[in-house]
Amino acid sequence: MDQAAASKGAPLAQLSHISQIYTNGRKRFVAIQDVNLTVSEGEFVALVGPSGCGKSTLLRILTGLQPPTEGQVLYRGDLLNDVNPHAAIVFQTFALFPWLTVQENVEVALKAREVPAKMRTSRALDLLDRVGLDGFETAYPRELSGGMRQKVGFARAMAIEPELLCLDEPFSALDVLSAESLRGELLELWQSGNIPTRTILMVSHNIEEVVLMADRAVIMDKEPGRVIANLNIGLAHPRQRKDQAFLEVVDRVYGLLAGQTQPEHIELGAMPGELGRLRGLPDVPINDLAGLLEHLAEEPNNRGDLYRIAEHLGLDSDHLLTLVEAAELLGFATVAQGDITLTPLGETFAEASILARKEIFASRLKRFPFYKWLLSMLREADQHRLRRGVIQTALEREFPPDEVDQQLNTAIDWGRYTELVSYDDDDDVFYLEPAGG
Amino acid sequence: MRVPAVVRGPAISLSPSVLALYAAFSLGRMLAAYVLSLIFALVYGRLAAYNPRAEQVLMPLLDVLQSVPILSFLPVVLLGLTSILPQGAAAEIASIVLIFTSQAWNLTFAWYQSLTTIPKELREASAIYRLGPWMRFKTLELPFAAISVVWNSMMSWAGGWFFLMAAETFTVGQRDFRLPGLGSYLAVAANQGNLTAIAWGIGTLILLIVALDQLVWRPLLAWTERFKLEMVGGDERPSTSWFYEMIREARLVGLFTDRVWRPLGEALDRSLNRRFPPLTRPRSGRQSRNWLFTAAAGIFWLGMIYGVDRLIGMLLSLPLFEWGQVGLGLLATLARVLISLLIALAWTIPVGVAIGTNPRLAGILQPIVQITASVPATALFPAFLLLVVGVTGGLNIAAVFLMLMGTQWYLLFNIIAGAAAIPQDLKYTATMLQLGRWERWRTLILPALFPYIITGAITAGGGAWNASIVAEYVQFSGKTLQTTGIGALISQATARGNYPLLLVSTLSLILTVVLINRLFWRRLYGLAESRYRME
Repeated sequence: MDQAAASKGAPLAQLSHISQIYTNGRKRFVAIQDVNLTVSEGEFVALVGPSGCGKSTLLRILTGLQPPTEGQVLYRGDLLNDVNPHAAIVFQTFALFPWLTVQENVEVALKAREVPAKMRTSRALDLLDRVGLDGFETAYPRELSGGMRQKVGFARAMAIEPELLCLDEPFSALDVLSAESLRGELLELWQSGNIPTRTILMVSHNIEEVVLMADRAVIMDKEPGRVIANLNIGLAHPRQRKDQAFLEVVDRVYGLLAGQTQPEHIELGAMPGELGRLRGLPDVPINDLAGLLEHLAEEPNNRGDLYRIAEHLGLDSDHLLTLVEAAELLGFATVAQGDITLTPLGETFAEASILARKEIFASRLKRFPFYKWLLSMLREADQHRLRRGVIQTALEREFPPDEVDQQLNTAIDWGRYTELVSYDDDDDVFYLEPAGG
Repeated sequence: MRVPAVVRGPAISLSPSVLALYAAFSLGRMLAAYVLSLIFALVYGRLAAYNPRAEQVLMPLLDVLQSVPILSFLPVVLLGLTSILPQGAAAEIASIVLIFTSQAWNLTFAWYQSLTTIPKELREASAIYRLGPWMRFKTLELPFAAISVVWNSMMSWAGGWFFLMAAETFTVGQRDFRLPGLGSYLAVAANQGNLTAIAWGIGTLILLIVALDQLVWRPLLAWTERFKLEMVGGDERPSTSWFYEMIREARLVGLFTDRVWRPLGEALDRSLNRRFPPLTRPRSGRQSRNWLFTAAAGIFWLGMIYGVDRLIGMLLSLPLFEWGQVGLGLLATLARVLISLLIALAWTIPVGVAIGTNPRLAGILQPIVQITASVPATALFPAFLLLVVGVTGGLNIAAVFLMLMGTQWYLLFNIIAGAAAIPQDLKYTATMLQLGRWERWRTLILPALFPYIITGAITAGGGAWNASIVAEYVQFSGKTLQTTGIGALISQATARGNYPLLLVSTLSLILTVVLINRLFWRRLYGLAESRYRME
């Protein structure tokens, strides 16, 4: 039954002490910290973690598209210094050439490998047949639905008969239904032995998807990106989402990823410029957070299983975990063993009026080190105004470059909501509101 | 710099019977210059896009190069060429290089821009599927850039026609060069005041341009439709071309494609793939080729030091009086540029909005506007001069007219595009709110047009400065007419072989244009991007 696990063999690809470090002036940002990972032959491994944990970067390092700052990549025991010719990638955004037909898109990979024209055509047609795209050979990608485009992506990847098939969030740009059917079809192709590829590495931020498909889940966390757990999913295929055993595994992964709420001083972290880690503002719309708290307030004992909430609200696990993180930071909820419980403050918030909510939110935000620092900077500034550039420069010492903008935008969004801080978009200036002084 | 004795080019005949031959000569020169521009753009743009260290030098340099007026290249090019080639060949090549300088820069920018905006995942897909440099060029880079390259090629050709007269007849010091061609035909006809010949020349030129448009550019545009990137069908009207449809449906062409083109392409792909294997990943350290870069940089800086030394020598040799002339000329030309921009704005905004918001009107006017716009204003210039030459300040009026003719189209086309892009919902809202005519313009139309007006005005402004060179100094009916202006100074310095003056006036013109762009236009552009862009 569990054919994939049975045929598991020698190590195929190995990451050894991989780190990815960006430097910005004198400050170093560790994007990936000392990751070790082995993908064995015949295995279906999934890398799962919140966005920003570096899982897609790991995939690019493993396939040789990107060199790591530190550490080694081994393939069949040999050091990998270039793009791995035995690997193929299926991309999140499909990465099809819009000006080539479906068939040409598959053939181009073969042409680059000098497969003669006749063989190229027959191989491409055969693969398109197998993924269910016969009849669409002469169509252009723009004429196809998302799910069908991704099928072309799969056909192209399989055409070169890779030993290692890498999937970079292949279903996350698709609608729910086509994602589900494509998952099923991929599993079927893989298990029936209809494709020569035996080894698959999938990057995903969707916990259910990982438990549904993979043999093993490598669970990552962010800040810095690192592996926090290795979980064998010992479930037989075909897996049923409603099975108790399936749900237990999902619950466990949620438990690992959501972690456990720490005492407040640890959760909140240090002030900018101080020693210790500065907690950024989670990238969360306040309305979504309020919606989650309201949902919890209606549950018995104000408590819920994270995986059930995700199912119930139709939330992506990644999005839910970010919301949970925000709720923890603001002291509205606590998390333990994959369960979330509303705090009394969270309950008050969920039941309060619009204006009262703003006040509660503001009082919590004022305790948040990053915001405390922002408010005190503004209080000391001339006319209580600061240019965006000034704050940006200060934050560039604390956050990686591509995160600074997001932090600023969330700071503006939350500041406007709580009426602590406002922002003039024409002049790019932050200024203090009376409530913030 | 010593200059040899007077050299006369071949006599230019004004008989209409030579026009076909002359047109062929001019077309040949344009084509040669265009091929040269294309090769230059591909190489230069690629270097700048893929090599961050080269980019830091190449892009600012390109920015400067594109603001050097065409005539200022002439002495450098010609003196360089005559020292290694016989006179005739040197003149011919100089002419091609001059046309090149009016075609190459925007093409290079377009190619560079395309290369740097290719989506990351498409690049990664090309790498993981092991596409070699040739396959990458053919299946990724060229298709991705195709639309922008074709549009910019059309602009380059328009630029080339505009300066054709200047590129086929030029005087440097005591040497007078004339190359048989449409440009020189028009120049000689104007110089002799021969109205019939001018009409013949303009007619031929228009015929040539319309034929190129119908037989080359329209089909190319229709063909590049397939390279549109957006995955969903947009609602823009696709470009169509009768000639392209005809070619596509022709049997013979189909046969040729299947029997000759495809197998040939296949063989070419194979051999090029073998010759250029996929690039290896750049190492994290960069040791290899470093010495090459250092050597190139060393030569570059040595050249720069020598150049700067000569430059300072020349600057010091210029009398104070001429420095004053340069300042005065800049002010006078600035005034003309402003006036022509204002006139252009005054008529293009209402007309552009009318065309852009009214599809029926657009159907009638669009083709007329396109043909009118494609006629190089320099060809019409002599005819217009005849009208105003008697009036006081006649050349002033004519110069503004030429600048206007050369630049208003950029504005008009941008405004039409902007007006057509105003969302229907907003127009309905304006109607429902019962906004008066002025309120409607103030709250909806003008803000929506703002980014388009700025984009058009930047191009138009740059074009107007460049046009000043042919607008402020004219040889006409056997006389040389000139007015105060930086363009006149440059032309006059070239003609007299006054190289220090040429250098100073060119440099100050470049400096002025770059400063205006940096201090004025770039800010407005930033404002337009952040506040008035519809998403």
